[in-house]
Amino acid sequence: MISYIVRRIMYAVPILIGVNVITFMLFFVVNTPDDMARMHLGMKRVTPEAIEKWKEERGYDKPVVWNAEANAVEKITDTIFFENSVKLFVFDFGQSDDGRDISHDISQRMWPSLAIALPGLIVGLLVYITVGLTLSFFRATYIDVSGVILCVIMMSISSMFYIIGGQVLIGKFLQLAPISGYDTGLNAVKFLVLPVLVGLIGGIGSTSRWYRTIFLEEINKDYVRTARAKGLSEVRVLYQHVFRNALIPILTGVVVLLPMLFMGSLVTESFFAIPGLGSYTIDAINAQDFAIVRSMVFLGSVLYIIGLILTDISYTFVDPRVRLD
Amino acid sequence: MSLSGKVIATLSLAIVLCTACSDSAWNNPYPDSDANSNIYYDTFSERPKHLDPVSSYSANEYVFLGQVYEPPLQYHFLKRPYELVPLTAEQVPVASYYDAEGNLLADDAEPDVIHRAVYRISIKPGIRYQPHPAFAKSADGNYLYHDLNPRKLEDIHALSDFNSAGSRELTAQDYAYQIKRMAHPKVHSPIAGLMEKYILGLDELAKTLSEVDADKQFINLNDYDLSGVNVIDEYTFEITLKEKYPQFRYWLSMSFFAPMPWEADYFYSQSGMEDKNITLDWYPVGTGPFMLSENNPNRRMVLERNPNFRGELYPAEGEAGDKQAGLLEDAGKPMPFIDKAIYSLEKESIPAWNKFLQGYYDTSGIVSDSFDQAVTFNTQGDAELTEEMQSKDIRLLTAVQTSTFYMGFNMADDVIGGDSERARLLRRAIAIAVDYEEYISIFANGRGQPSQGPIPPGIFGYIEGEPGINPYVYDWNNGKAVRKDIRIAKTLMEQAGYPNGRNKDTGQPLVLNLDSPAAGPGSKASFDWLRKQYAKLGINLVIRATDYNRFQEKMRKGTAQIFQWGWNADYPDPENFFFLLYGPNSKIEHNGENAANYQNEEFDRLFNQMKSMDNGPERQEVINQMVEVVRRDSPWLWGFHPVGFSLHHDWYKNAKPNLMANNKLKYKRIDPELRSTKQQHWNKPILWPIVIAFVLLALLLAPAYFSYRRKETRSVL
Repeated sequence: MISYIVRRIMYAVPILIGVNVITFMLFFVVNTPDDMARMHLGMKRVTPEAIEKWKEERGYDKPVVWNAEANAVEKITDTIFFENSVKLFVFDFGQSDDGRDISHDISQRMWPSLAIALPGLIVGLLVYITVGLTLSFFRATYIDVSGVILCVIMMSISSMFYIIGGQVLIGKFLQLAPISGYDTGLNAVKFLVLPVLVGLIGGIGSTSRWYRTIFLEEINKDYVRTARAKGLSEVRVLYQHVFRNALIPILTGVVVLLPMLFMGSLVTESFFAIPGLGSYTIDAINAQDFAIVRSMVFLGSVLYIIGLILTDISYTFVDPRVRLD
Repeated sequence: MSLSGKVIATLSLAIVLCTACSDSAWNNPYPDSDANSNIYYDTFSERPKHLDPVSSYSANEYVFLGQVYEPPLQYHFLKRPYELVPLTAEQVPVASYYDAEGNLLADDAEPDVIHRAVYRISIKPGIRYQPHPAFAKSADGNYLYHDLNPRKLEDIHALSDFNSAGSRELTAQDYAYQIKRMAHPKVHSPIAGLMEKYILGLDELAKTLSEVDADKQFINLNDYDLSGVNVIDEYTFEITLKEKYPQFRYWLSMSFFAPMPWEADYFYSQSGMEDKNITLDWYPVGTGPFMLSENNPNRRMVLERNPNFRGELYPAEGEAGDKQAGLLEDAGKPMPFIDKAIYSLEKESIPAWNKFLQGYYDTSGIVSDSFDQAVTFNTQGDAELTEEMQSKDIRLLTAVQTSTFYMGFNMADDVIGGDSERARLLRRAIAIAVDYEEYISIFANGRGQPSQGPIPPGIFGYIEGEPGINPYVYDWNNGKAVRKDIRIAKTLMEQAGYPNGRNKDTGQPLVLNLDSPAAGPGSKASFDWLRKQYAKLGINLVIRATDYNRFQEKMRKGTAQIFQWGWNADYPDPENFFFLLYGPNSKIEHNGENAANYQNEEFDRLFNQMKSMDNGPERQEVINQMVEVVRRDSPWLWGFHPVGFSLHHDWYKNAKPNLMANNKLKYKRIDPELRSTKQQHWNKPILWPIVIAFVLLALLLAPAYFSYRRKETRSVL
C-alpha cells in the first residue's frame, strides 16, 4: 500500500504544476500587474510612479514567464511565474499582496470553515442515509413515490433559495437563530445552527435520492433474498446487510470530501458572514490578490488529491477484496 | 407512550423550559451580558485595505481611522455649509503669503506674486496617545519593546499579547513626522504626488529617501529635514507651500495629516513584526476618542473608548432647525458618549437589513431590494417611511451627496469629441435626449437629483433655483426645472449634420459606442434604457460592456467614446470638481482625473484663477463663467447627484448627515435600555410552526408505520 501511496503522490506533482500554470494564465489574462497595483493603491490620484514602485516591491515588474534579458537559467527563474510558484511546493505561501502572512491567515480561517462543514457532514450523513433507507424501506408505496417527487423538487431549487429562505423563515420570522454572524468557542454554536440546517435541507433532495438508488440496487441482490428467506425482519435486512454493502459508493463520495471540508463554501460563508476560507478566496478574487488566489487554488488541489488517495485507502477497509497494489 | 414519543415529549419540554428560563432572544447575535451596554452596533461589508493614515484613501477605511487619528482640523458636525473648525489645533490656521524676496504680502495678494504660503499650526497641549506597547517603558526609562526580534516574538501573535502599554503627549514633531512619511518609498501615500507639487521640499525628501538602502528596516524620518515643515516648538509647526493653495486647509482635516509618533513607526518596523502581521497598517495608534481594540476584518472590528482621550465637548451651536430636531440636547457635554462600537461583517445586504429590522444594528442604509419595504413617496414627491417602519419608530434621514455620476464624452474622439460646433451641438442634443429624471425614477428609486453642472448642492458655487439651471438642457416652468422638448434636440441634430440620426452627407446612421464596466446581467435593463434614450434621436448606441480593468485601460488610452463615471468629493470646494475637467489633468496625456480629456483654454485660465481665490462674490462670478463654458461645450452629460437615504432606530441619537466628516462616532449617543426592551419585544421565538411541522410529519408517516407493523406481525397461516 505504501508504494501505491508514494506513486500517487508522485503523480500529484505534474497535476499540481498543471493547476498552477492554468491558475497563473487565467489570472494574468484577466488582471495585469498594473491592474493589481491600481486595485491595491486605490482608484483616486494614483500616479504611474506609484504603480511602478508597487510592482517592483512585489516582483511584479519582472517578465511573466520568460526573462530574455537574464542569463542562463535565470531566464526562467527570474520571472513572476517561477518566483510565485516554486515556494508553493514546500507550502510556503508567502505574503499576500497587501503584506499579510497567508499561512497564518489560512490557519486562522480554516477553523470556521470546518465548524460549519463538519457538523453539516455528520448530521447530513445521518439524515440522508435515514431518508434514503426509509424510502427504500417503503419502496413502491405512496411514501416512496411522494418522497422521490419531493427530492426531485428539492434538488431542482437553487442553494441561494435555501440560504435566503432559511434566513428569512428561521432567522427573521420564527426568530429561532441569528440570521448571520460568527463567534469563537462555544458561542459559535448558535451561529452554526442555521447554516448547518440550511446546508442539510439543501442537500436532502439530491443526496437522499442518490442513496436510495444505491440501497435499491443492493436490495434486489441474492444475499438480501437469502437474508429474508432466513426470516430476518426487514429492518435487520436493511440496516445489517444492505446498508453495510452499500457503504462503498457512499464512502467514495464522503471520504473525498473530508480534506475539502477545510476549504469552506464560497456562497454559504458569504451570506452567513462566516470568516472561513471560502470567503477568504472570494475576497482575494475581488481584491485581485494573486498571491492568495494561487495559494488557495494550490491548497484546494492538494486537498482534493489527498481526498482521492484517502478514498482509495478507505476501499480496503470496507471491502476486503480490494487490494492497493 | 412509546420510547420515541417519550423522547419527543422530553425534547419539547426542554425547549419550552429553555425558552421560559431565558430572557434573551434566540436570534440575538450578541452575548447576553452586553444587553444593556453602551455599545453602538453597525456593519461593514468590505475589509479595510489600509489603516495606515498616510496610505488610506477610502470611505470604508475612514469609518475606523477617523475615530482613532486626529488631524489638526475637522468639520463642524452641525453647521452647513461645511465649516472647518479646530480638532487638535488651537485654531484654524490662516496662510501668510510671502514674495520671492521673503516679504510678507497682504492676504488678498495676487497669486502670481505669491512665492510661499505658510500655515502656522499650534496644537492644544495635554493631548495624549492611546495606551500602546510602542510607548511602554521600564522603570529605568528604557522602551520595553524597542529591541524585539523573531525569537522574542515567539509567543506574540497580536498586539494585545504585549503585556505593557504606555502613552505620551502629542507634539508638533509627530505631525512633521507624518508629513515626511508621505515621501517614504515603502508607504505608497496616494497623495504624495499631489503634495510634492505643493509642500516645499517634499519631492526632494522623496528622492533622498528613495536612495536609502531598500533593505533598511527603519528609516528615522526625524533624521531627515523637510524644508517645507518647520517645528517651532513642542506645540507649534509650520507648513510652507510653494504657491497659494487655499484648499490645503481641507487636506488638514484628513487622516493623511494625522500625527504619527516615531515610536510607533519604529516599533512596527522591528524584525519579525511583519511576519506576525503586526503592522501599522493593521493596528493604528492615535489620540482620538476611540482605539481599535479588535481588528478582525473577517468577522468584526471593535472600537473602544480611548481612556486617555481629553474629552472634547459636543458643539453648542448648529444650523437653523437643529435645536428643534434635538441635535443640541447634548451641547457642552464631554464626548464620546458611547463606550464601544462593534462593526460586524455583513457581505450581503439581506441579512444586514433583516438584522437592522430586528434591532441588532442601530443604523442601516437602504438597498434597492428593501426600498419599497422602507420608503414611499407622497403626492408631493417627498420620501416617507412606510407604516411598518413607522411602527418600529425607525427614522429616515436624506441628504444630497457631494458626489456626481456623469456620462462623459471622450473629447479626443473624432465624432463625439472636439471643439467644433458640429460636435458641440451633437453633445447638447444628447444631453437633452437622455432623460436623467426617468433614470433616477427607474434605477435609483428616486434617490437622485439631476445635475445642472459639475458642482453638487452643498458645495460653494452651486446655485439653487432658476439662476442655477443648465439653459442648454432645461427650461424653468412653474417653479421647477423642466427638460427641453425632444424636438429641440432633434433640431440640434439637424444643425449638427445628423437629421434623424443620419449623416446628411453619407446617409449613414450615426453609431456611437458606450463603454461600461457594468457587465453583469443586472445591467441589461439600464443598457436597454440608454439605447432607448439615444434612439430618440435616431442614434444607434452600441454598449461595450467590459470588466473594470479593461475599462480603465480604455480610458487611459482614450479608446472609449462615451463612458459613465463618478466622483466623490474629497473636500467641499468647487476646485475638487472642476479639476476633473482641467486640461493639464487629462487622462490620455497626463494620466490625470480628466477622463473626458476636455481642453479649453478659457476654462483652464479661469480654473487657475478660481482655485486660489477665497470664497466670496468674486469667486462665485468666476465659477459662474466656468460653469457656462462647460455647459456650452458639454463634455459631460451632467447626470445626477445621488441622494443618500439612511435609517436609524429611535434609540440612536444625534443623527445628522455629515458627508465630509470622518470622525462622527464621538457625537453619537445610544439609549441601550430602550434598545434592549425593543429587541426583546421584537424577537420572541415562535415555536408553534415547528411543532405543527413535526405533527404533520408524524401523521404522514403513521399509516406507513402501522402498515409495516401489521406486515411484520401478520401470521403466515
